[in-house]
Amino acid sequence: MDAASLAARLEAARDGSRRDLARLLTDVEDGRIAAADLGAQRAEGRSIAITGPPGVGKSCFIDHLLRAHAERDEPVALLAVDPSSALSGGALLGDRIRLTSPDDEVLAGRIYVRSIATRRSSGSIPSVLGDLVKVLHGCGWPLVIIETVGAGQSEVRCAAVADRIVLMEGPARGDAVQAEKAGLLELADLVLVNKADLDGAERHAAELRDSLALDGPDPPAVLLMSAQTGLGLPEALHALRTLESRPGSERARARERLANAAEARLVRHEDYEAILARIANGSLAPEDAVEVIWRGG
Amino acid sequence: MRIVVAKPGLDGHDRGAKVVARALRDAGHEVIYTGLRRTPAQIVATVRDEDARFLGLSSLSGAHGHLFPTICQLLRDEGLDDVVVFGGGIIPDADRPALHDAGMRAIFGPGTSTEAISAFVAEASSRDDAGVGAEGGWTWEA
Repeated sequence: MDAASLAARLEAARDGSRRDLARLLTDVEDGRIAAADLGAQRAEGRSIAITGPPGVGKSCFIDHLLRAHAERDEPVALLAVDPSSALSGGALLGDRIRLTSPDDEVLAGRIYVRSIATRRSSGSIPSVLGDLVKVLHGCGWPLVIIETVGAGQSEVRCAAVADRIVLMEGPARGDAVQAEKAGLLELADLVLVNKADLDGAERHAAELRDSLALDGPDPPAVLLMSAQTGLGLPEALHALRTLESRPGSERARARERLANAAEARLVRHEDYEAILARIANGSLAPEDAVEVIWRGG
Repeated sequence: MRIVVAKPGLDGHDRGAKVVARALRDAGHEVIYTGLRRTPAQIVATVRDEDARFLGLSSLSGAHGHLFPTICQLLRDEGLDDVVVFGGGIIPDADRPALHDAGMRAIFGPGTSTEAISAFVAEASSRDDAGVGAEGGWTWEA
């Protein structure tokens, strides 16, 4: 896209054209432009990742979160990340099924929802996601929520793009060791145990608190709530509104972001496919390939 | 290709829509499924915000003659003339010409193979007269 039409699209998106905003985000997603191409202005904004295992209630909680902000006349955008099929490269993006707030005629103008597939090159999605957040900030969406499935390394990396990370857990999730295995506990600034109306939620919250207390001082709060019944929901929303970053999580997040940047450079290297082929046929060792890429050769 | 699959109106039968969504995913597309009982305005807003190139509408309630053309008109009103609209469900043959006239490029009934839907998407994405706002009235012939 030439500079003039890009500038026109950007201006229209800033003036509130949702269509131009959507197309701008596609340009970023498809790698045609990067956030840096859109000018040097650094727009102020916050981003919060909501992550956790599948089926734990992230979308239902996010629906409440979007509604709460929109009702205060605060624009809020959601980037809902779902995995692409490794086989076909396609994706089924179903987060909207559980969202009712974007369909509310009064609130719709203050809520923007975009479904994002991780695509085949999962190594580059976190950096794309970071750019999408910047573009949204620059187009009048100061708060961006990122929803990711907390299963797998690339999803953890997606969460690390955000300024704050909220981990959602639920009852019957096994012991707290299961949550630690996913690598998300050390990243979390806040832990919400959803489905508190069901048996086992309180016990799981207690286990998580015990586990987090071992990590050192200032563990993140663990709050019980139910997106279904509304139990503990006002407290959870308030906690998000005033959420501070935890010292320990900043370091963990920085580590993931560094890995994001390295992996993005790797998968975008012009010889990436050729290097993969050489590693596959045994003519190049992965360690030597990294040397080649790092030196820019 | 980004494709929105939607169920407009008061119709709780979404097995067909889900099968089509799965088939399109397996053909390598990114499919955004809206869930049940969406209004035409909500569906058009979703297509706009998701920057979808295709919109698949499913109806088994008999209200397609009203809902589908309303959605096509709203898409044009939003300036989304390049979005390709197709439909499926229980749509009598006699109702199809009016839907084609409204800008829909294909209507798939029961028994349609998932391959046929993929072939339609491939063909429509290679044409520049397949959008809901395009002149010429091209329609898919299986």
